[in-house]
Amino acid sequence: MNIKNNLPAQLALGVGLLVLPLVLQLFGNAWVRIADMTLLFVLLAIGLNIVVGYAGLLDLGYVAFFAIGAYVYGLLNSPHLLETFTALAALYPDGLHSPIWVVLPLAALVAGVFGVLLGAPTLRLRGDYLAIVTLGFGEIIRVFLNNMDNPYNITNGPKGVSQIDSLSFFGLDLGKRLMIGDYKLASVSLYYYLFLALVLLSIVISHRLEVSRIGRAWMAIREDEIAAKAMGINTRNLKLAAFGMGATFGGVSGALFASFQGFISPESFTLMESVMIVAMVVLGGVGHLPGVVLGAVLLASLPEVLRYVAGPLQQMSDGRLDASILRQLLIALAMISIMLLRPRGLWPSPDHGKSLATAAKPA
Amino acid sequence: MDILVQQIINGLVLGSMYALIALGYTMVYGIINLINFAHGEVMMVGALTSWTMIGLMKEGMPDAPGWLILVMALLIACVVAAALNFVIEKVAYRPLRNSPKLAPLITAIGMSILLQTLAMIIWKPNYKSYPTLLPSEPVHIGGAVITPTQVMILVFTAISLAVLMWVVNSTKLGRAMRATAENPRVAGLMGVKPDLVISATFVIGAVLAAIAGVMYASNYGTAQHAMGFLPGLKAFTAAVFGGIGNLPGAVVGAILLGLIESIGAGYIGDLTGGVLGSHYSDIFAFIVLIIVLTLRPSGLLGERVADRA
Repeated sequence: MNIKNNLPAQLALGVGLLVLPLVLQLFGNAWVRIADMTLLFVLLAIGLNIVVGYAGLLDLGYVAFFAIGAYVYGLLNSPHLLETFTALAALYPDGLHSPIWVVLPLAALVAGVFGVLLGAPTLRLRGDYLAIVTLGFGEIIRVFLNNMDNPYNITNGPKGVSQIDSLSFFGLDLGKRLMIGDYKLASVSLYYYLFLALVLLSIVISHRLEVSRIGRAWMAIREDEIAAKAMGINTRNLKLAAFGMGATFGGVSGALFASFQGFISPESFTLMESVMIVAMVVLGGVGHLPGVVLGAVLLASLPEVLRYVAGPLQQMSDGRLDASILRQLLIALAMISIMLLRPRGLWPSPDHGKSLATAAKPA
Repeated sequence: MDILVQQIINGLVLGSMYALIALGYTMVYGIINLINFAHGEVMMVGALTSWTMIGLMKEGMPDAPGWLILVMALLIACVVAAALNFVIEKVAYRPLRNSPKLAPLITAIGMSILLQTLAMIIWKPNYKSYPTLLPSEPVHIGGAVITPTQVMILVFTAISLAVLMWVVNSTKLGRAMRATAENPRVAGLMGVKPDLVISATFVIGAVLAAIAGVMYASNYGTAQHAMGFLPGLKAFTAAVFGGIGNLPGAVVGAILLGLIESIGAGYIGDLTGGVLGSHYSDIFAFIVLIIVLTLRPSGLLGERVADRA
């Protein structure tokens, strides 16, 4: 199945994606929400794929950048900061509402800077040492978000930031439903189209990066760092670029997440989320964009869908198997069985001589 | 000054529990280069098994002394955890021995989630209060106090470490383990059966983890399905801190980490004028780790590791 040269298939996929929320809407907004969250996870997985897939740097703290983006957006678009810093409140009598043209780039920038900051001390580390340091970084960010309500209430601690504005641009508020004639387009569907557009944009960016000079340099570093260095590649700058670029994606997704949910708390940014994003990338096929998208769609949407059909099972087991437990159980079983059956992922990149997947050295 | 002594005692107790877990991580890593994310969950299973056994035994023989019940529960927990880890290795890691490096890591993470979920189903998700079986009268040491449970933790850790060192350094199995860690192929040519050695490693690691689990639960007085996660993470941090794959390194790293955490938590409030409080204690481990690895990328006692990215 080569979708690249198959126009009818491309059209069908395109139309299907465009119509999907309209169909889901009929069954209730909860289903569209699932589609929205899935697209957000696709965005995150594409971002992480730059770091893990292209540059071969295992990042287990990726959710930190997601969190940073979310808090940048959340704090600049909610009444929370003004409640803490009353002096500021006088400056903004209508409350703090930053336009997205400022906030989105800012979220991307802040996350990117943190990405480079994390990258800098870890340049000399490889493999599992890097994994554990990034994991630690993710925890550090979460603990700070959790505790920065004292002595100055900046993040509102575990209670989280609420009343976050929805996205609005060109006079279109995504938080309200749009009436086209008599037809109602729910807010969640509007978000769906925005996320879909951004996912497509990131796929294009990511693909262009992959086939560019930078992308090839990343892959050279992934395969053999010393050889890459010998070929004149500036490994330091390129690794930092990979961290920064991946983090930027995370930051943007975080900002979108904050606007979409209207509420954020440190609980949404645990290690488990990082692990899930890594699992999406690896299950799909590390370094291969279609695979990564597939992995993200599967892992993000299937368990949610199952949550709705789990009712009977729950009754059969007199409440022990409740929906969230069942969801976790399925995720775990999927992770283990997919890896056992297809160790290189569901849709791995085609072999070009030696690739990441075959490069596993005998210990 | 009394506070310092107290924090040092707490740190040692904490560190020795980390050490027991860290050894399992580091042994497995030394032999098959796998971060066994499910290791913390093996510890949790050990703790919860012992909790169930204690409950049963207290009903079955109400006259038995506390220490006897604890020891018997501990033994059963060790057996269960060892069997569990043996099966995990066989089912989830062995088929992936020669796969791309990320594949076993993901199954390990999946296994960790699976075990937590199963524990939630079997034992229900609530916190269980873990009975105190030893006398709770604390012993006073120059202004600081130490409970009999804590004394037991230190003693058990010391015994376990001594036995482990003996096994690794002076038995045939230990020699096979070291040989396999060095080079599995050559070890195989010399008549070592790598599969057997790897299974043995997982079993030993699980026994240590189960001991740690029982100690952890008795020290804090609670047990729950998620209890293994954070200690597991910190123990792994300790193993990396000391230089992963290196047994004495894991112990040194774990003890240091325990000390840093408890002393840090005790003093950070005063040092930063109240801006940072003891809630930050969970991240000391990671901050120290980042600093140490930046300065010494292969850990405190580690040798330079070949590129395995």
